[in-house]
Formats: sequence, C-alpha cells, structure tokens
Amino acid sequence: MSETKGYLDMELLRFTTAGSVDDGKSTLIGRLLYDSKAIFEDQMELLEETSKQRGEEGVNLALLTDGLRSEREQGITIDVAYRYFATPKRKFIIADTPGHIQYTRNMVTGASTANLALLLVDARHGVIEQTKRHAFIASLLQIPHIAVCVNKMDLVDYSQEAYKKIKADFEDFASKLEIKDVRFIPISALNGDNVVDRSVNMDWYDGSTLMHLLENIHIGSDHNHVDCRFPVQYVVRPQSVEFPDYRGYAGRIEGGVFKPGDEVIVLPSGFTSKIKSIDTFDGEVEEAFSPMSVCMTLTNDIDISRGDMLVRKNNKPTVEQNIDLMICWMHEKKMMIGGKYTIRHTSQTARCVIKEVNYKMDINTLHRLEDDKEISMNDIGRITIRTTKPLFFDSYRRNRNTGSIILVDEATNETVAAGMII
Amino acid sequence: MSSYNLTHLKQLESEAIFILREVAAQFEKPVMLFSGGKDSIIMFHLARKAFHPGKVPFPLMHVDTGHNFPETIEFRDRLIEETGETLIVKYVQDSIDKGTAVEETGPNPSRNGLQTITLLEGLEEGKYDCAMGGARRDEEKARAKERFFSHRDEFGQWDPKNQRPELWNLFNGKKKMGEHFRIFPISNWTEMDVWQYILQEKIELPSLYFSHKREIVNRNGVLLGKCDYIQLKNNENWEERTIRCRTIGDMTCTGVAESDAATLEKIIEEVASTRVTERGGRADDKKSEAAMEDRKKEGYF
Repeated sequence: MSETKGYLDMELLRFTTAGSVDDGKSTLIGRLLYDSKAIFEDQMELLEETSKQRGEEGVNLALLTDGLRSEREQGITIDVAYRYFATPKRKFIIADTPGHIQYTRNMVTGASTANLALLLVDARHGVIEQTKRHAFIASLLQIPHIAVCVNKMDLVDYSQEAYKKIKADFEDFASKLEIKDVRFIPISALNGDNVVDRSVNMDWYDGSTLMHLLENIHIGSDHNHVDCRFPVQYVVRPQSVEFPDYRGYAGRIEGGVFKPGDEVIVLPSGFTSKIKSIDTFDGEVEEAFSPMSVCMTLTNDIDISRGDMLVRKNNKPTVEQNIDLMICWMHEKKMMIGGKYTIRHTSQTARCVIKEVNYKMDINTLHRLEDDKEISMNDIGRITIRTTKPLFFDSYRRNRNTGSIILVDEATNETVAAGMII
Repeated sequence: MSSYNLTHLKQLESEAIFILREVAAQFEKPVMLFSGGKDSIIMFHLARKAFHPGKVPFPLMHVDTGHNFPETIEFRDRLIEETGETLIVKYVQDSIDKGTAVEETGPNPSRNGLQTITLLEGLEEGKYDCAMGGARRDEEKARAKERFFSHRDEFGQWDPKNQRPELWNLFNGKKKMGEHFRIFPISNWTEMDVWQYILQEKIELPSLYFSHKREIVNRNGVLLGKCDYIQLKNNENWEERTIRCRTIGDMTCTGVAESDAATLEKIIEEVASTRVTERGGRADDKKSEAAMEDRKKEGYF
C-alpha cells in the first residue's frame, strides 16, 4: 500500500530528444524504456521479429517509435513520436524528434512543452552542426535544462580527454546562447555506461548518471509563479435550479498565484473586481497556480468572455498591437510579407498582418541574414506583426505560456508558424 | 508555505480539463465517444470536472456492436441515470440492417471493424463537428504520433504524414465545412496513470475489471470470455478460470487475462509488474503490424 501511495505522488518531467539514426539516440531511448520496464515483452518480440525480417542485426529500436508504415518502409522518422516511462519517483514524457526530415519544425514542436532537452554527441565526431542546431533551438524555445550526453565513449576508450574537449567546445558555442542550465554526462548507450548504472569504465567521472539526473533535476521553478495571468477559456453558466445565478470563469493559470480575496483587473475592459472563490469539482481551493485548471467567480457582475485575461493591478502584461517575434515557419507555402494570418495566443484569437522581416537566422552559424528575408519551411527569423486587436502578453523569456503564438493560414486552416514574443 | 508543484496526475488532469474546455469553446457541436471502458469512464469524469458546477455541454455517444459484456451496459445505464447527463446509442446492427455494414465471416468474425461505419454514420446524422475519444499514445505505435486535435477530412480519414504541428498549448481546431476533428484529451496518459487516477479519484468501474470466475476459451493465446457470439472450433473447450479484463471492448475480440487482482491496489501492482501491453490481448490488433494505422486512416479511433 505504501508503494501505491508513492505512485500517486510522482512528478512529471517532459523532455525532448533529437538526433540522427546513427548517433545512438534510439538505442539510448530504448535502454531507458527497457530498463524502466516501459517496453513490454510483446513489443520486444514484435521488434525482434521485424528486425529479423528486415535483415538487421540485433533489435532496431527505431521500429518502436516509427509507428507509421511509410516510416518503417523508408527507414526514416517522419514525425514527433511521444514515448512514456516512469520510475518510482517521476513520470517521463519523451518527445522524440527526427534528425533528418523537417528537423527544425519537429524539434521546435517537441521543444515547446519540454522541461529538458537531451542532446547526443558522438564522442568520435564531437560537436557538429546538428548539435549546434539543437542547442540553438533549445535556447530559442527556452527549455530550462539541457543534458549533453557524450555517447559512444566505449569507441574512444573511455577517454577523459575526448570528453573534456567536447565539453569545452560545447560550452564555447553555448556561451553565445541563452541556456540556463547545462549538464554533461559521458555515456555508452549500447553498453549502458552511466545511463541507469554508474560506469565502471570511467572512474574519472564523478557526476550523476543520466537516469539520476532525469529523476532529480529540479523542475519546481520551471513555471512562472510571479506574474498573475489567467486567460479566460470558457464561461460556466449552469442556469440550473441549484445554481441559478452562477457565473464562473474557467481556464488555466498561466502564471502567478491567485487567492480568493485578491483584487484583479480584467483585460481588455480594465474593470476591477475581487476573486470571490476559486472552484473545482473537488471543492473550493485556497490558492491556484500554474498549470492548474480552475473556475473563478468574482464579487461583482462584469462582462467577461473567452479571450479576456484576469491579472493583478500592479503587474500587468504588455497590451499591444505591434508585436516583435521570433518565428519558426512550418509550412511549404512561404511566409508572405504583407500577408494576413489568423493568430492564436492564450485563449485569444485575432488576425494579423506581417509588417516586416528584420532578419533570417542561419541556425548553423547563428549569423543574422539581413539581406535574405524570404522565410520558408523550417526557417527561423525575426519579424514584426500588427494584430487587429491588442493582445495581452509577456515576453516568451519571462513566460512561455503568455509569450507564445501560432499563425494559421486563413485559406487552408493549416498551422503555418510558431512564434515567440520578444 | 506551499511548494507550487503539482503531482503528475494533477498535471495530466489539468491538461485534459484544458483540452475539454478548449473543445467546448472551439467547436459548435462536439460529442464524446463512450464505450463503457475505463478510459471513457475517466474521460466522462474529467468532463464533469471541467464544467462543474455546470452540466457537461455535449452528449456522450456509444457505438454498440451488440456484442457487449452485459456488465458494461448495466454500468453505463446506471452512470447516466445517476449523473443526469445525455447518452446517445448507435447500433452496429442498424447499419447491418440498412446494408451499409456487412457482417464479417471467417474463423474469427468480429464487429469491431464495423464500428467505424456506424460511428461515421452517427457523426453525420448528428452533424457533430468533433468527436472526443479516450485513446492514449502509449497504447499502440500508430497512436504515438497522434495529435490532441486530430484533423479528419470529409470522409473521416486520417492523413498521418500531413498532420498539423501542435505547439505549447495552442490548439488549432479550424476546419472547412464537412471536415471534423477527433480529439484525445488523455493522449499523454499511460495505462498506469489511468489506474492511479481511478484510485486517487475513487472512480467506480464495471466489475469486469476486477478478478472473477468466468468460462473462457483459449484461441491462439487470446483468452475469450464465453458468450453467444463465439462458436467453439474443433479441439476448443470452455474452461473456468479466474480472470479480469484489462480492456473492455467487443466480447468477440477482447482478450481477458488470468488474474486474482480483486482491488484497485492489486491491479496497480499487477500493471506495475506486467510484461505484456494492454492491447496485447486484443485480437483486432494482431491482424497485421500496421492494423491500427489502417483502421485509423479509415476513420476508426
């Protein structure tokens, strides 16, 4: 029973991985899944059988995540695959993104919800373009933690020098980026060195194993608990005999801590009110913080609907129609300067026009290309837009929830871009 | 002083509630698929939480193959009566009678595949623009790449290579006339999360999930419970075993497992130590390696 209770009290860590077939990424994920018993016997049997049919030696773990027929046929990963495993301490969600096709689009997608990015570096090849690209995207998407796994240490005789050089090279490159927390681990995914168990081959390394890091890294402060932000998602009006006059504002706390009795301002109207209660199905709560989904009632009746935001008087978000963004373009149809798109931000929907491209980013060199302003699929650039109505936002750096947007093509309804407000 | 940390179950719950509210806000006529299985029971529980103290702003729909465990139907009807929410039942038999669906023949006939036809007919008749389901990404590898908001064309088909990217918590439910969405609020839950949540929330389940005695037949390693819809073949016998269901679906293809787990705590222990996936007992997934992907493309969940 005590063990069952423990299960109910676990934390959740979301991490993203990226890399190509040959850097050992799927071997590493496979090992984490297998050692934590997230791969089952029937899955393993099917994998062994399929690997044999394809004439491969050993078990190809990519077959585990490459769930689509065309992926298996072409031997490539097309899309972000989500994988799950748990240890008694934490539950993990892996967003596993392919290294080849549409890597930027997929990495950005996987990174958008991650607490941690797992970067794999082949100990023989060191820091290569792909490593830099992934590190840049991790910093652009403000993933709070990065774990650099120097893999295939067995192939460089577990050399401390090789590891040190890669660490120094990465740190040199990372100094140009905004990365808050980076850790290095020398591993061999194939042999299991420093993955779950400590390596007996690298006594010069006294840091933690990868699993220990994943289980213990502090994620409590990954959410913003300072700036109170409550975008109204849905208005609950039962109009029932039991609750004839109830009017509650349902939504998820996207920043700060709200308590009954707090004075709040409603955007865009600017009306002030007080929180009467914070309701959940299980009863009223004393305080609500990110990422809780709750339903709030206010002391007076004011007109509030989806897209409005409750904030504190002395800590308001920026209210603006001209917005500077870093965007990642995700669609085959190029971005049109002067083009109009639908923009989604928190629970708000508006239209916007692309006013200007400031520069495009060369994500391999980190150079700003000020002459090339054509933004197409997988490009990252800095742009200015103007929206049809003011949005209430924070910089993405300050709050990932209130600082992110997507653009939607008005003709096809496809999601064409992801944006981070500067 | 609080630590402002939510447990993994609270985070998953909050995410699912967020999605359910997003559905109610973005779509005109949503419907929630309900099979009477544990995943749809927790979906319904989450929906009641999301709109409390209001009623759930959409109906439930059960696509009934007619081959259900009687315990499932009794449980379903009692749950609806107690909560006062709305349930619509669509019968595969009606599609067969109309001639839009044809009963399978062969050694293992099942109405599981026919559900897709009845489901699509039900969605069209009711003019529903969005159907929510309790599918999870950990169930099957074609589902590992499914979105929360999964776009379907006017024929209900899924195009796995051309899915909309899904970032942060910004969901794009825009669509053209005639198109619709399948939405999976518990995508990120695992079988273990579901059981832990049932324990935490003290959610009532059909008795089938708990260990009981039942007559079964062992067919190619899949244990099937005795019912009128399964004909014994040569050398097959009904035998009494102590079993429980890990999933509940059509009686003709839902394998049961030998188990003496009679309480939620015991089931959680069993799930924690088990070495076969939940769908490992599903005859419908065994038909081919890409069986699930093919059914999904046709409009299955």
